[in-house]
Amino acid sequence: MDFPEELKYTEEHEWVLLEGDLVSIGISDFAQDQLGDVVFVELPEAGDRVEIGKPFGVVESVKAVSDIYAPLAGEVVEVNADLPDAPESINTSPYEDGWMIRIKPDDPAVLDGLMNAAAYQAFIEEE
Amino acid sequence: MANVKKTGLNQVHRDLGARMVEFGGWDMPVQYTGVIAEHLAVRSAAGLFDVSHMGEFEVTGPDAMAFLQFATINDLSTLVDGQVQYSALCYADGGIVDDITLYRFGAEKYMLCVNAANIDKDFAWLQELAAQRKGDYQLVNRSAEFAQLALQGPKAAAILGALTSADLLSLKTYYFCESDVAGMSMIVSRTGYTGEDGFELYCAPDDVEPLWQALLEQGTPQGLVPVGLGARDTLRLEKAYALYGHELSAEVLPLEARLGWITKLGKSDFCGREALLKAKSGGVRRQLIGLRLTQPGVPREQYIVRAAGRDVGQVTSGTMSPSSRQGIALALVETAAVAGDAEFTIVIRGREVSAEKVKLPFV
Repeated sequence: MDFPEELKYTEEHEWVLLEGDLVSIGISDFAQDQLGDVVFVELPEAGDRVEIGKPFGVVESVKAVSDIYAPLAGEVVEVNADLPDAPESINTSPYEDGWMIRIKPDDPAVLDGLMNAAAYQAFIEEE
Repeated sequence: MANVKKTGLNQVHRDLGARMVEFGGWDMPVQYTGVIAEHLAVRSAAGLFDVSHMGEFEVTGPDAMAFLQFATINDLSTLVDGQVQYSALCYADGGIVDDITLYRFGAEKYMLCVNAANIDKDFAWLQELAAQRKGDYQLVNRSAEFAQLALQGPKAAAILGALTSADLLSLKTYYFCESDVAGMSMIVSRTGYTGEDGFELYCAPDDVEPLWQALLEQGTPQGLVPVGLGARDTLRLEKAYALYGHELSAEVLPLEARLGWITKLGKSDFCGREALLKAKSGGVRRQLIGLRLTQPGVPREQYIVRAAGRDVGQVTSGTMSPSSRQGIALALVETAAVAGDAEFTIVIRGREVSAEKVKLPFV
């Protein structure tokens, strides 16, 4: 399983990447493996607000429905428009093609409180 | 997971990297590589399923047939030796105890294959019926004496044919024989739960691991893969086969659940007959229908079904069909709502998603 060093991770298994003043969000390799084949994704629209710790979307595998939680608050500026037609990208490429939304965070400093790759790996081993 | 039972292949599944779940009191593989890949392999080539958790009862003796005519809703009198029949056990009020397959070995010997989660309940129920219907027959729970594998898919016959002396060409669907596979004796039944051609093999528990290995070795070059309960569920749902605990329960009549074709009200008296006759003459209140989403989404069990803005029923099983990539659902709805060109919606997370009633099976 792969956990890129440049990302930050949450206890709900989202990953976060800071690029300039925007933050990209998706779910980790561990999360996609646990879910199994992803068949449906429900995402917010550009202009919507996401709130820290609140679900902003849903990812469904053949067997299960899971909420995706916002690791930080902000305004959605871009949504991965390819995902609805290719939800399997979340399985095959969770950190690149499987990205979900880009937001403009209210407070980028919140990122400092998230786990780095090593801490996240330790976290999932404990779970 | 206290008291969770394991089949003889538990370690084999783990070694294959299967994800295990508790199902009907058993520790079973839900998937090996992925539900969709396993599902499609069964539709295009073949899949091998460990279904050793299923239960087997034997009924023998001169009055075995009379007892089973009373205990089951289908008509055994049409069966010949070596034939299998889909049937069900009903309570006196017509609610379903379980759906079963019934094997006729001879005029005085039958086997019932029952759902894993219902083994104890079914056996207790049959014992209760037996106490009321005395006769010269014996009812024995032989579940611990059988393991079971299902080999399913268009390549199943070619794979099994290379390992058995049984004449598979003359073994028709819903017939069985006692034969050898890979040098081991077992029951070879041309039945299954996937809608594909295939076999269910009932063997001794000690033989199940060598049988599994022999079938995989023979079948792998032809595309055979191990398949878990996840794809077993999507395969049966695409074919609209009922699953106990979902479409079928003590609160559902077989006439409501598309099992009218096995409900032989005209045969001799059977448990539940009076209630079912009454339900039939009064008109069946609910019925099981197939719905396909016409908008993106995945219907799930217990989601509400609406017609003309009114709640008319619930989804009993739903999934994203791996074959058609559309949301499909079986739903138990008010009979009145089905008449005419009703337009349905399924409520998914508070939103109504359009669905159309479709002919079954879905695929």
